Amino acid sequence: MSSLFRSEEMCLVQLFFQTESAHNCISELGHLGLVQFKDLNPGVAAFQRRFVKEVKKCEEMERILRYLEKEMVKSNIVIAATKEKEMVPCARDVLEFESTFEKLEQELREINRNHAALRQNLIELMDIDSLLRMTEDFFEEAESLLTYSEPPSEDSVSMTVSSHITSRRNSNSSTSGALHLSFIAGVIKQDRFPAFEKVLWRLFHGNFVLRHAEMQATEELQALRGAVKKDVFIIFVQGDHVREKIRKVCEGFRASLYSCPKTLYERKQMSNSVMTQMQDLRMILRRTEEYRAGVLTRAAEHVQEWSSKVKKMKAIYYTLNLCNIDITQKLIVAEIWCPVSDLTLVQSALIKGSEQSGSSVTPVLNRIQTQQTPPTFNRTNTFTEGFQAIIDAYGVGTYQEINPAPYTIVTFPFLFAVMFGDCGHGLVMTLFAVWVTSQAESLRKWKNELTDVVIGGRYIILLMGMFSIYTGLIYNDCFSKSFNIFGSSWSVRPMFHPHGPWQNETLHEYHHLQLNPFVPGVYSGDPYVFGIDPVWNIASNKLSFLNSFKMKMSVILGVSHMLFGVALSLVNFVHFRKFQDIFLQFVPQLIFMLSLFGYLIFLILYKWCITLRSEMAPSILLLFINMMLFDYQSEHVLLYRGQKGVQIFLVLTAVLMVPVLLLVKPFLIYRTRMKTRHQVFGNNLNDQHGTDTRSSFSQHQKDEMVSMGDIFVYQAIHTIEFCLGCISNTASYLRLWALSLAHAGLSCRSTCTVFGNNLNDQHGTDTRSSFSQHQKDEMVSMGDIFVYQAIHTIEFCLGCISNTASYLRLWALSLAHAELSEVLWRMVLQVGLKISSGMGSLMLVVLFAAFAVLTVTVLLIMEGLSAFLHALRLHWVEFQNKFYEGSGYKFTPLSFDSLLKTQH
Amino acid sequence: MPSLLFCGPKLAACGIVLSIWGVIMLSMLGIFFSAKSAVLIEDVPFTEEDIRDDKNPPQNIYGLYNQVGINCFIAAAIYVGVGAVSLCQVRLNKRQEYMVT
Repeated sequence: MSSLFRSEEMCLVQLFFQTESAHNCISELGHLGLVQFKDLNPGVAAFQRRFVKEVKKCEEMERILRYLEKEMVKSNIVIAATKEKEMVPCARDVLEFESTFEKLEQELREINRNHAALRQNLIELMDIDSLLRMTEDFFEEAESLLTYSEPPSEDSVSMTVSSHITSRRNSNSSTSGALHLSFIAGVIKQDRFPAFEKVLWRLFHGNFVLRHAEMQATEELQALRGAVKKDVFIIFVQGDHVREKIRKVCEGFRASLYSCPKTLYERKQMSNSVMTQMQDLRMILRRTEEYRAGVLTRAAEHVQEWSSKVKKMKAIYYTLNLCNIDITQKLIVAEIWCPVSDLTLVQSALIKGSEQSGSSVTPVLNRIQTQQTPPTFNRTNTFTEGFQAIIDAYGVGTYQEINPAPYTIVTFPFLFAVMFGDCGHGLVMTLFAVWVTSQAESLRKWKNELTDVVIGGRYIILLMGMFSIYTGLIYNDCFSKSFNIFGSSWSVRPMFHPHGPWQNETLHEYHHLQLNPFVPGVYSGDPYVFGIDPVWNIASNKLSFLNSFKMKMSVILGVSHMLFGVALSLVNFVHFRKFQDIFLQFVPQLIFMLSLFGYLIFLILYKWCITLRSEMAPSILLLFINMMLFDYQSEHVLLYRGQKGVQIFLVLTAVLMVPVLLLVKPFLIYRTRMKTRHQVFGNNLNDQHGTDTRSSFSQHQKDEMVSMGDIFVYQAIHTIEFCLGCISNTASYLRLWALSLAHAGLSCRSTCTVFGNNLNDQHGTDTRSSFSQHQKDEMVSMGDIFVYQAIHTIEFCLGCISNTASYLRLWALSLAHAELSEVLWRMVLQVGLKISSGMGSLMLVVLFAAFAVLTVTVLLIMEGLSAFLHALRLHWVEFQNKFYEGSGYKFTPLSFDSLLKTQH
Repeated sequence: MPSLLFCGPKLAACGIVLSIWGVIMLSMLGIFFSAKSAVLIEDVPFTEEDIRDDKNPPQNIYGLYNQVGINCFIAAAIYVGVGAVSLCQVRLNKRQEYMVT
């Protein structure tokens, strides 16, 4: 029977199938998503497994696919999404894929290389082209210098070139005779130019002419090269060996040098040829880019399909690694965990797989009995998934124990709402959750960890919002203002003359006035129909009324929640057939809780129902404390006749339950041991012990991966636990006393069991948690049993008080929320409302925006997270430690859907 | 004509949400102020003189209530404008998305 009530019954099944049909069978099982393969080769290292080469091949293919996807994204090519279910290829298709991918990769890399080289060429040609154009003017200048024989003065070196030019003194020795000027032309980055100039100046002391100009940056150039600015320069020098030096300097400054012809005609020719070359190159570049786009587009149609196929193949090979292949290489043996109710589905999937592969032999299913604990599987749908996740975050349930998830669906949002209670905020939260739920698919594409958390919890947030609207209506709180829907039961007018005592002067004298409900007409006699009366919103003693109300409500809710938890433990005992435990654990615990805390609830409800004069009403807390201390003095006021007798009886009953919890079970065990002295008690005893201790984590839970959210939550819980769990922690230290007592008291008893070593060993590994597996085979001594029982009892009894007090956080948080809401209204929105001049509306607009932003960030997000955390802690600790063990491991089936969803 | 687009898609969406909330909440506040609700007494800017020198009580206070109510309605109207501007921005953003690709 599949329901959320209890985890599903699982069975261990052996599968036998032929090697040829292995691929298809496993792929069918993967599409089904209902079986978990057990590792049949646990001792084998990863690189020694049979199919490790194939797994590596799949990983290589994944790498190539990722490279392809990156290239596609760079070129803005849309990757088509495939939705249909692809068939998994068999082994020979792997080779085909491999070769296709390798070819694609090589092709793409080659195209990219060529493209880069062509671009570089084009850039060079463009440099040459601009160099040629700009140096025209320089050459004219040089020729004019050659024709004049006197050294030009400083003024005549003004040039006609538009961009700025530096001038240098010509060498004096150039006046006489024919000059043989040679030159060097090149391109250098603009920011390097000043340093370049200085170095040249130092080297040659002005025996050169240097001209430079900034290169015009055309758009094309910018697209190719980016925003780097370059300068064209040309140096006129005398002599060859100077040229060499300059060449070296240019190399050092990474200036690219180009040979420039001397005559005008040659330069014109060169310019033309450069132009044609550039045009050719541009065309080639364009063709290359088109070809590349074509290749990528063709690949883009299939890339999704390929990548999912490769992932499935990798999963199949990984699964095959877990199976056993027998000697003849023809048969594969696998062991799977699967739910009993799905056995027929598994069978039909296997038959389908073997038919597809065309093998003649149908696979064999063989269910085997086993002592191992199966994994815990709770069948959830999209709605219950979130709640199951928050239960599993604390601890995955033990196999077949009661699942707290269905109750959590109601109690968790309810406890959150008790702490959050504001209809306005609840409405905003509900609308937000409705929006997220309707846009869930498109929001998943953002692939942010935070949005994933919000999307996973959208139903939780929706329920929390709806419940908050309800509690907001009960607290009558909407953005810190109350609604008066049904007419308040309190009325002020009757307090005035002639009905009541107030006069006109009373108003002038007193700042605060109190409505007296005994004056006729002030209180109508019937309480407000639904929720808190709206008159309290404008009363100045609102908090003293509400605090008392909320604290008592928290205690009532807390005790009911815990009683419910204890009742669930009864169901567990019945299922696991531990009838003895019902009488030894459940009944005493129930009686203890009911006689003390059940009576407390009775007192609260009774005091609410009767009419008392407020000056004479006894405080419930004092009544409770006096009850525990047996303090009945005559001036204490009691609530009803016979209260003293009832209370003494209840306290004595509760105290009597403690030794029952403490001693009866160990004595029974002792007796059965004495009867069967020579038997090995291992299994019998340790089963009870294993499930008897109210453990939280078993060791292997700690090895699981813990995500950031969990770390944060656990850290927060630890901090709260430390601050609020003082009583329970003190009880923990009592185990030092209990253990030393046990050791001292029992070590002198001379019975046949061996104490010393055993006891010391137990001291060393003394945790209240479950026994580890190897201890099942050891003999457990009487002392240990007694000690563990003692700790368990003390923990329960003192824990009750501490846990009840812990529920007071419901009150504390709801108070905090209400106060924050009121402060926000008063400090922000009221300022805008109180401006009565014309500018009031504008200020109101601005202040309302601030109010909205602060409401969302502080009240909704911060307070919401805080209330969520505290409600979670109440569930995890106070509720679940009454019955939940949480020492199972989760069922992780081979499922292609979840595989494709989780990996990006 | 320079582009009328001055905020990105997220800011425009926030603007729409804020304006819808503002219109609804401010108009409801305006209605409640006009109905002279007692719970909102602390938001009305009255002084001691208003109460003491009232020729015709409680008309002074009622007048103040009405004023605050009208302020709220004007603010709600301004938010309608802000909402319209945000809606335009959202449409322009969507159109720009089409044009770039």
